[in-house]
Amino acid sequence: MAIEVDSSEQFAGYAHPERLVSTDWLQDRLGAPGLVVVESDEDVLLYEVGHIPGAVKIDWHTDLNDRVERDYIDGEAFARLLGARGISRDTTVVIYGDKSNWWAAYALWVFTLFGHPDVRLLDGGRAKWSAEGREYTTERPTPAVAEYPVVERDDESIRAFKDDVLAHLGNPLIDVRSPEEFSGERTTAPAYPDEGALRAGHIPSALNVPWGRAAADDGTFRSPRELEELYRGEAGLAEGDEVITYCRIGERSAHTWFVLTHLLGFENVRNYDGSWTEWGSAVRVPIVRGSDQGEVPARRG
Amino acid sequence: MGRMTTLPAPLAQIRDDFLELDQPDRLVLLLEFSGELPELPARFTGHPDLLERVEECQAPVFIFVEVDEAGTVFLHATAPEEAPTTRGFASILVQGLSGLTAEEVLAVPDDFPQTIGLTDAVSPLRMRGMNALLARSKRQVRAKTAA
Repeated sequence: MAIEVDSSEQFAGYAHPERLVSTDWLQDRLGAPGLVVVESDEDVLLYEVGHIPGAVKIDWHTDLNDRVERDYIDGEAFARLLGARGISRDTTVVIYGDKSNWWAAYALWVFTLFGHPDVRLLDGGRAKWSAEGREYTTERPTPAVAEYPVVERDDESIRAFKDDVLAHLGNPLIDVRSPEEFSGERTTAPAYPDEGALRAGHIPSALNVPWGRAAADDGTFRSPRELEELYRGEAGLAEGDEVITYCRIGERSAHTWFVLTHLLGFENVRNYDGSWTEWGSAVRVPIVRGSDQGEVPARRG
Repeated sequence: MGRMTTLPAPLAQIRDDFLELDQPDRLVLLLEFSGELPELPARFTGHPDLLERVEECQAPVFIFVEVDEAGTVFLHATAPEEAPTTRGFASILVQGLSGLTAEEVLAVPDDFPQTIGLTDAVSPLRMRGMNALLARSKRQVRAKTAA
């Protein structure tokens, strides 16, 4: 790795502590060669209001999603994007954002589709940086364009498609949406724009563990012990399990993917980014209404 | 595009201001609107009962419509500082709708948000947030003029 990991005690209990950095660690290394800080928010204008000095912006929607097809950008576009932000393949990237790093985790997941080797989250994200009274600036950095190789996106290892989910039924499936979305009272997160699903409910056998339960009030991740209790205890996940997570469009579930993969060490976790906006509109897929998980359905035709 | 001509003057002006800018500058203008969103009048701030509780951690946005005896609409909105895009959308509507008659507000095309040239800069999904604000404002105008 290009830059030493944050070896602070608070991260030691996580499976992959090298995936997190603290605000202190980052403050001490701002401007270090080989380090690029990336802000990724739900709100497309939040970066412009003020960001960590030197941080560049990557927007989940306008940068990481393809403009025409419902898919992520391809290897060439990713290389152009990262090169323009001054990121090369050996750069240590630290991503942070609003809402307990919800979108930052999503950006990290997309970076991982392209196998970027060293990408980390700032634990606590924007909220913690602000709460500690640290500096924000509106000055936009002008990074020198870097060479980033064209890497083919890996859609197998950490990404699941609808057919993968159908074949997966009977294995652990985590629905990270709100209880109201899970039960089918509503198809969108409260107060969010309607992203359009024709049916409400959840995928049969899915367990509802809202993503935000993995975050503490200050936006940091919950402690290793708390996460163990939540996912191994309450949700019953066991070593070696293959897990798929989903939400509406795959963003909240990327946060849970990060927790399961990097903080708890599960090695076979995939994020179904089609999520409810695909499943809830797809023809002839099984759906369960109500707060019970529901049975794994018999295979159809 | 006949309906364009029926757009109330303040909204037409806002639309034209956005459309004459290139994409990055449209975001800058939206940020300016965001900064211009007025504080809620004091008479609202002591009334949490008027606020809809929003679950999860989405930045809550609240809209209050008043219609005076002459039928003039006043729109008030509040959204947190950490939600500048939402604040910008709300501010556009506060500036564009306040002072219009109820009839004029109700006649504003529902797709006004799609006509101001922000869809590419902000993303189509996010623009739906502004559609929801416009729809909510109209719904309140309708409710307050129905009595």
